[in-house]
Amino acid sequence: MMMMMKKTSILDRLLLLATGILAAYQVAVGIEGLGTLAILCYTIAFGVLLIAGLLLIIFSLEILDNPLVVVVAAIIPLSLSLGLVVEYLPALGTVYQVFVTLGLLVIAVTRYVTPGTIATVVLAVVHGIAGLLIVGLPILLSLQGRAPAGFALVGVGGALIGLGGLLLAFLRAGKPMLSKETIYTILPGLLLLMTAAFVAGFALA
Amino acid sequence: MRAFQATHVKLRTYWVLTKPLQSGLLLTTGLAGFMSARCPVLNWQALLALTGSLFLAIGGSTVLNMVCDRDIDAKMKRTANRPLPLGRVEASNALLVGLALAWLGVGWAFALSPLYGTIVFAGLFFDVVVYTIWLKRRTPWSIVWGGISGGMPILAGRALGTGQIDWIGLSLALGVLLWIPTHIMTFNMRYYEDYRRAGIPTFPSAYGFQVTRVTIALSSLAASLAIAVAAIGIGMTWGYLRLLAVLSAGLLALAITSVVRPSERLNFGLFKYASVYMLSSMLLVVVEAI
Repeated sequence: MMMMMKKTSILDRLLLLATGILAAYQVAVGIEGLGTLAILCYTIAFGVLLIAGLLLIIFSLEILDNPLVVVVAAIIPLSLSLGLVVEYLPALGTVYQVFVTLGLLVIAVTRYVTPGTIATVVLAVVHGIAGLLIVGLPILLSLQGRAPAGFALVGVGGALIGLGGLLLAFLRAGKPMLSKETIYTILPGLLLLMTAAFVAGFALA
Repeated sequence: MRAFQATHVKLRTYWVLTKPLQSGLLLTTGLAGFMSARCPVLNWQALLALTGSLFLAIGGSTVLNMVCDRDIDAKMKRTANRPLPLGRVEASNALLVGLALAWLGVGWAFALSPLYGTIVFAGLFFDVVVYTIWLKRRTPWSIVWGGISGGMPILAGRALGTGQIDWIGLSLALGVLLWIPTHIMTFNMRYYEDYRRAGIPTFPSAYGFQVTRVTIALSSLAASLAIAVAAIGIGMTWGYLRLLAVLSAGLLALAITSVVRPSERLNFGLFKYASVYMLSSMLLVVVEAI
């Protein structure tokens, strides 16, 4: 039976536009004064988020069904986590840089060469490590007093992106935690909350 | 009351003839060109004069194009519902309105500055006479002249702000010129049958869809570079340059994907994104200047 597709509403578009504007602000203003590599990583992460917001408005939420989205979506947590590692755990910078580069490459290759279980496992491992870093590192640094308490909001943003990623991953695997309709209804709001948490967290860092 | 309603309807009809969205985008490029000069941009008198003169000239040129193209518009599904093909406006009346708007706009522009007036007039001349009347029905390369006229508002705005034609203004105009193929050719592909029915030569009909897609991709790349060069010349800060690079990357990604995995949906998405890209780039120039 063909599933009815949720139409992208005006509210969805407004939420996605706000997400795009926040991401644009972060690229242009929010990461000034950081190291070159960290700026590059954050520019890629928030840049992909900005373009994703615009494309979701233009093509509607249906674009999420495109297999390329998985690869592109992986860029956000990978580059964001790399930026955090470069900035706060510089000793691990080179190792993590290699992990991110290889991880993205393997995700892309397995998506097209061996789609199925292997691709899913690779995605889960790479995504999982990046996600844990985004959630854990800012919270840990805040608790240790090595960063202001507000920086923990980046971790909250990481948790929200993780939630969105999980919902979409299970949906794609054919074992949805919520209906497709519900997921597509909450996704624009979730993206906005996540971006707002990231922007606020970096501003308070 | 009835007279008021009739006037309202007439005004709305003529408003449609000015293609407000397209004219608005061109007007935004003109404002961005002016503000890029970092002159006293918050001088409301200068801004008002620029906005008024450009809007009148662009609106006038658009109405004149509508008059010249009314026979083509009638043959194309997409445009058959425009006021002129439907007979809701007499062609002679529209011609008068178009000429009046254009005359007022160009006259106001000359009064502000002879150089600015000359560029505004050149834009109108290239658009109506060279592009629409002379070349549009003869060759798909007419798009180059459409592009040149499209680049005139930003060059005019910059010239009004600086008092001269400089390389930054030319680079900005080149950016718009090179962006025009992305804007027009995606439309040519989407409404291929319409253009064929009306007998208008387009890139897709002359060279095929794939050549057109490659042309769009190359043109998008060149447009992004021209705008980036101008932005650096203006002295745009790194943060805004980064944002411009991100927006350009989006445009290129869509254009290249359209070459590799073409689809009608992607083509129209590229058309929409190209408009967002141009508007955003211009807003960046404006915000930077403020």
